[in-house]
Amino acid sequence: MTIIKRKFDVVIVGAGGAGMRAALQLSEAGLKVAVLSKVFPTRSHTVAAQGGIAAALGNVTEDNWHWHMYDTVKGSDYLGDQDAIEFMCRQASEVVYELEHYGMPFDRLENGKIYQRPFGGQSQNFGGAQATRSCAAADRTGHAMLHTLYQRNVRAYTQFFVEWMGLDLIRAEDGDVCGVTALDIETGEVMALLARATLFATGGAARIFNASTNAFINTGDGLGMAARSGIPLEDMEFWQFHPTGVHGVGVLISEAVRGEGGYLLNKDGERFMERYAPHAKDLASRDVVSRALTMEIKEGRGCGRDADHLLLKLDHLGADVIRARLPGIREIAMKFANADPIHAPIPVVPTAHYMMGGIPTNFWGQVVAPYKTGPEEVVQGFYAAGECACVSVHGGNRLGTNSLLDILVFGRAAAVKIIEDLKKNPHHKPLPGDAADKALARLARLDSQKDGENVAQVTATMRKTMQAHCGVFRFPDMLRQGVEKMGEVAKRARQTEIKDKSRVFNTARIEALELDNLIEVAMATMVSAEARTESRGAHARDDFPQRDDDKWLKHTLYFSEDRRLDYKPVRLKPLTVESFPPKARTY
Amino acid sequence: MNFSIYRFDPDKDEKPYMKDYDIELEPTDRMLLDALERIKILDDSLSLRRSCREGVCGSDGMNINGRNGLACTTPLPGLKEPVEVRPLPGLPVIRDLIVDMTQFFRQYHSIKPYLINNDPPPETERLQSPEERAQLDGLYECILCACCSTACPSFWWNPDKFVGPAGLLQAYRFLADSRDQATPERLDYLEDPYRLFRCHTIMNCADVCPKDLNPASAIESIKDMMVKRTV
Repeated sequence: MTIIKRKFDVVIVGAGGAGMRAALQLSEAGLKVAVLSKVFPTRSHTVAAQGGIAAALGNVTEDNWHWHMYDTVKGSDYLGDQDAIEFMCRQASEVVYELEHYGMPFDRLENGKIYQRPFGGQSQNFGGAQATRSCAAADRTGHAMLHTLYQRNVRAYTQFFVEWMGLDLIRAEDGDVCGVTALDIETGEVMALLARATLFATGGAARIFNASTNAFINTGDGLGMAARSGIPLEDMEFWQFHPTGVHGVGVLISEAVRGEGGYLLNKDGERFMERYAPHAKDLASRDVVSRALTMEIKEGRGCGRDADHLLLKLDHLGADVIRARLPGIREIAMKFANADPIHAPIPVVPTAHYMMGGIPTNFWGQVVAPYKTGPEEVVQGFYAAGECACVSVHGGNRLGTNSLLDILVFGRAAAVKIIEDLKKNPHHKPLPGDAADKALARLARLDSQKDGENVAQVTATMRKTMQAHCGVFRFPDMLRQGVEKMGEVAKRARQTEIKDKSRVFNTARIEALELDNLIEVAMATMVSAEARTESRGAHARDDFPQRDDDKWLKHTLYFSEDRRLDYKPVRLKPLTVESFPPKARTY
Repeated sequence: MNFSIYRFDPDKDEKPYMKDYDIELEPTDRMLLDALERIKILDDSLSLRRSCREGVCGSDGMNINGRNGLACTTPLPGLKEPVEVRPLPGLPVIRDLIVDMTQFFRQYHSIKPYLINNDPPPETERLQSPEERAQLDGLYECILCACCSTACPSFWWNPDKFVGPAGLLQAYRFLADSRDQATPERLDYLEDPYRLFRCHTIMNCADVCPKDLNPASAIESIKDMMVKRTV
């Protein structure tokens, strides 16, 4: 079947922070760029980031990028690749200043410099006193950043394809990537968008869980597309559960609350983090704090009628600090928890928040996969950046404020690399005859399916399964059953039916297509988690409570076609400095 | 709970109609969006935009019992039944609750919504005092949901000529930024019988803003700047 084709130098899928930072670089370089987004760019989920962006500016306390690097390596529980981490931390100040020059409305210190606040897992002098490294615009840093990047792209005349969904990757016979098939949501039309470089910046997928801080749109579309075309997914067992999602709702309450001096209490009014992390207390790494909350609830010290949540206290900060530094948090707490934090604590629980794993890339954003020469072989024409990519700078656990940094550094790096690569590669690859077949077959299946199951029902089963079988603590039997159950859910997902077969803005169809992607992500997660018999970062096994560097200091690679696993070494050698060898991780 | 929802599929319907839904809510359904999602499980043909479900992405602006607001931050208790849900007024409807926002974004883009500063950037940040930065509070938080502009009669009449409250709020966000150097050009652009001066301070914008921002006051501030530069 023939479909309409359009040619660009670069196609970017996703218009969050990473996609728009890359788009800006490419547009300003004069390339013909198409940016596809399921939603208007400023509605991308970067908008919901709250607390800040890490950079060792040293505006408040002495700081340098090497300390930041140490914290990130330790925070990753030594699964992060140290070349990529050095690359990111060294560029942090530069990308933050750049953002300020673009017009980002950072809060300011008395001397006019960018305001910085403490955040979890950040230290001075390689594990010493708390660092003050998070550059913030109140508690709306992601919103301010996303709008600033969009505005700058308006200035650069970037071409956006708003409300378009990527369907599948197009690969040439030799495996090179030459674009995507995509659906114009408004008209229902499918097109092939051909490009000399294709960049995925499709964000996260924590919607695989029942309780999630993520937006509806975070369905792992990039991972689904990559997995279906034979690209492995890396480290998918590592999911960050944020310690403070609003109980019963999931909406995020920023770590900035604890950075500004708030703390957690159990039903006895005890500041329990002192027991779990005597030094860093409430500002320990997120995996540590989330496990502590889960233990408190499990041991009967949860709050409320069902003893199923903890309390986040911040009234002692005073109305002025809360109004000036945490206005968005106050708004959320009042709307979603009926609590004004100026007077009352906020009920919170650990909530699925961030995917450390993703599409494997090197630190230039090039997608890498084992093909002929080893696990670091570049897939020509294919790049990924931001949450959908696994560079890996976050390893087993991401530090708060490192995600906004990640999207700027690697959005920019991927664009720089693309500009360089396109000079060597001036022609589009010939389009394979079956370019659109996969995508069209999925759409045809949906249009003709009869007596199938409701999409929402299957999605709900997947979420419940992931929540129950692959949560903060993981148990061997539950994981084994989880793999089986997810296999069943995946089968059911292939037979979903939508009643609405209309053409224009058919959101039922979009949700069915999103489910395909969620299933890829969920399956990869469960299989990878079942296999990793150790505890590291956010992956906490009840039967293997210790980290096992002899056996498991390696990255997981999951292949969708046969649910096979492979592994590749962690890159322990940084670019210029000494390696940080794995050691016991305490806070 | 009873809902009456605006429906229109351009391929199927000659004209829009209101469809009634009576649905059983769960205790966890707190906001209008929760109810709409529940309706969508029963009738997957209902189309609406939504994403963050916490009032920060601006996707789900709609007209709720006659008043513009975000479905995700409008609590269900207190809504008069049947809850009448319609698309934002004044913009062409694509389908159901989804409006064509082209005109809205064209106006936003028209005010050059980006910082203009032609000095070579310094090695570090440009300095800005906390007081100067405070001038941006109440402006930069806009989520472009269009609740304000589509509640404004002046925008209904002249969506092609009047910038509208959302665009003007952002115009002032850059006029108020101590780092921006384009004040004269920005004011020149707005000095026009329509772009700015179609605002008749009806105040619907400030009344409906789900983020409690006040575009009308920003518009007043722009008018003040115009007056000051003429004297």
